[in-house]
Amino acid sequence: MSRFLKLAVAILTCSVWAFPADAGKFSLGRKATTEEVKAWDIDVRPDGQGLPEGNGSVSEGEELFQERCAACHGEFGEGIDRWPVLAGGQDSLKSERPEKTIGSYWPYLSTAYDYIYRAMPFGDAQSLSTDETYAILAYLLHMNDLVDEKFELNKSNFTSIRLPNEKNFVDDPRPDTPRPSIAKLCMKNCKAEAKITKRARIIDVTPTDKKNPTAGID
Amino acid sequence: MVQSTNNSSVSRRDLLKAAAASGGALAAGSISVSAAAESNKENLPPNVADWSTSLGEGVDTNPYGKPSEFEKDVVRRSVRWLTASTESSVNFTPLHELDGIITPNGLCFERHHSGVAEVNPTDHRLMINGLVEKPLIFTMEDIMRFPRTNKIFFLECAANSGMEWRGAQLNGCQFTQGMIHCVQYTGVRLKYILEEAGLKTNAKWLMPEGGDSAGMNRSVPLAKALDDCLLAFKMNGEALRPEQGYPLRLVVPGWEGNMWVKWLRRIEVGDMPWHTREETSKYTDLMENGKSRRFTWVMDCKSVITNPSPQAPINHGKGHTVLTGLAWSGQGTVDRVDITLDGGKNWHAARIDGPRLPKALHRFYYEFDWDGSPLLLQSRAVDSTGYVQPTKDELRTVRGTNSIYHNNGIQTWHVLKNGEVENVEIS
Ligand code: HEC
Repeated sequence: MSRFLKLAVAILTCSVWAFPADAGKFSLGRKATTEEVKAWDIDVRPDGQGLPEGNGSVSEGEELFQERCAACHGEFGEGIDRWPVLAGGQDSLKSERPEKTIGSYWPYLSTAYDYIYRAMPFGDAQSLSTDETYAILAYLLHMNDLVDEKFELNKSNFTSIRLPNEKNFVDDPRPDTPRPSIAKLCMKNCKAEAKITKRARIIDVTPTDKKNPTAGID
Repeated sequence: MVQSTNNSSVSRRDLLKAAAASGGALAAGSISVSAAAESNKENLPPNVADWSTSLGEGVDTNPYGKPSEFEKDVVRRSVRWLTASTESSVNFTPLHELDGIITPNGLCFERHHSGVAEVNPTDHRLMINGLVEKPLIFTMEDIMRFPRTNKIFFLECAANSGMEWRGAQLNGCQFTQGMIHCVQYTGVRLKYILEEAGLKTNAKWLMPEGGDSAGMNRSVPLAKALDDCLLAFKMNGEALRPEQGYPLRLVVPGWEGNMWVKWLRRIEVGDMPWHTREETSKYTDLMENGKSRRFTWVMDCKSVITNPSPQAPINHGKGHTVLTGLAWSGQGTVDRVDITLDGGKNWHAARIDGPRLPKALHRFYYEFDWDGSPLLLQSRAVDSTGYVQPTKDELRTVRGTNSIYHNNGIQTWHVLKNGEVENVEIS
């Protein structure tokens, strides 16, 4: 067989993944030092892995929140203009306008630690200390009616806090729509009539209209 | 003339302008040049156009070439009311202006959570840590020394068509289906990088993390990473664009765009998922009963007619008409696309033309003789697993209207007698 033919056969038989042969190790990259890993490894998991030492109270958090967060998220986490809402929304998930907040929607508190430390305040990421992050979380838990105003959050009581919506997450059940037989897909005279039932409401494209629907893109 | 605005966002004014220029068309944004520009008689036969008698610009006028000035309205557009800030926002690919399956780099839709990070590749590092024998740090130069591969994939945001769950809302496939692009990536297999660090036997999940100030992080099952994920540094032959993650992006073929972490700075290996903000607060699909689906990674089979469409009306009147569109599936190739002109009474096989690659866009055409009567256009794609693209109502029956993500329902365009097109839904 010519080289070209062989190649063609190879491409046809394993059409999708014609990757270069697995070559084992390449001896590229260098060892990361313990300090380097420690400095960059900022993630936190629901089981508490990644939580740093530290603690913070609701009252400390309140002060910090007003200073560093409230300009966008509102004094109580209610969200200003289109900035995200962080508190409230309990019992809204089955309604026309579900409000997804840490209290109403998020399954795990660790997510809030992980996210706030890595990404907030918006434009000044990784500027909070670990104590400040615990304190702000304590305040947000309080704003969501999950702890009282004397509460202090720390590494050891962290995983004992469970968020109310945790049990409402399920795995992906798709495909979940009808599975018609392809051979029997109707091609001719499939229905008697087709009537227009909905029209794009052109006005909704206007960016300045605050009353537009909030159907999110994120 | 239509091309009077450089503003790439849709404002009410643009709409009115476009409407006026095209005689009341419903088009959002501008419509194509061919559509509305009036010819200058001096350029037409029997006259000889200026460009046929004089010298043009020499080489090096544009060391990095750019499109003709007559194409200046072929741009990404945003819908400003969607988000609070442009740094945490999205814009849309002008699908109605493109052909073939490859999206030009400058037109690939953007979605950022903290703006476009400006990363100096010399100072960029990728760290691998967690459940590995030896935590490693790579420079870009190191990464480019692994065996390279070239693959064409679509990238679709899970929220593409998310605004349409409650009904037809935006007039233009740029806005309704434009959170997608398809380019050829050059990169290295993630598998090689992981093997270099040595996976521990209890390794099951990865957490890629972005180098922007959002530090975008997601949980990716190890099996997917070893199967077909890439670390890409080139798109369509040139370096990634900054807004697409320059200098390094994760490629997760067929899965939702949010997982394709840009400006990739770190990958942690673990034994369980992280449940990050982007897989709990966001990118979970809320059902009518209050339950939410999580880890809904795959982008199901979908298609859309890109021309005609609200931003690309039929301007030539009756006669021979080219209908074209795109189809794709996160599960494999698209085997078949059917189109209807009469709202689903009768269907016709469309012609798929060009490469038919798994997890890549497919281009289809259907040519017909338009008699000038109103049309209700739809396309319906079937992928290599036998999955048939559902209607929007079939999706709503199972999922309700609050799920934001994964709306792959069939799109309907209403073509009016005068060639204008609007976004509708039908019985
Ligand atoms: C300048 C405005 C601004 C400030 C100040 C700010 N944020 Fe944010 N916050 C945002 C934006 C914008 C997002 C959404 C980012 C995205 O698109 O991913 C966000 C998202 C969040 C979220 C996730 C919301 C959700 O539903 O997923 C949390 C939690 C949060 N911020 C907490 C904080 C805390 C705590 C502070 C103060 C330390 C803070 N933010 C300061 C703008 C701000």
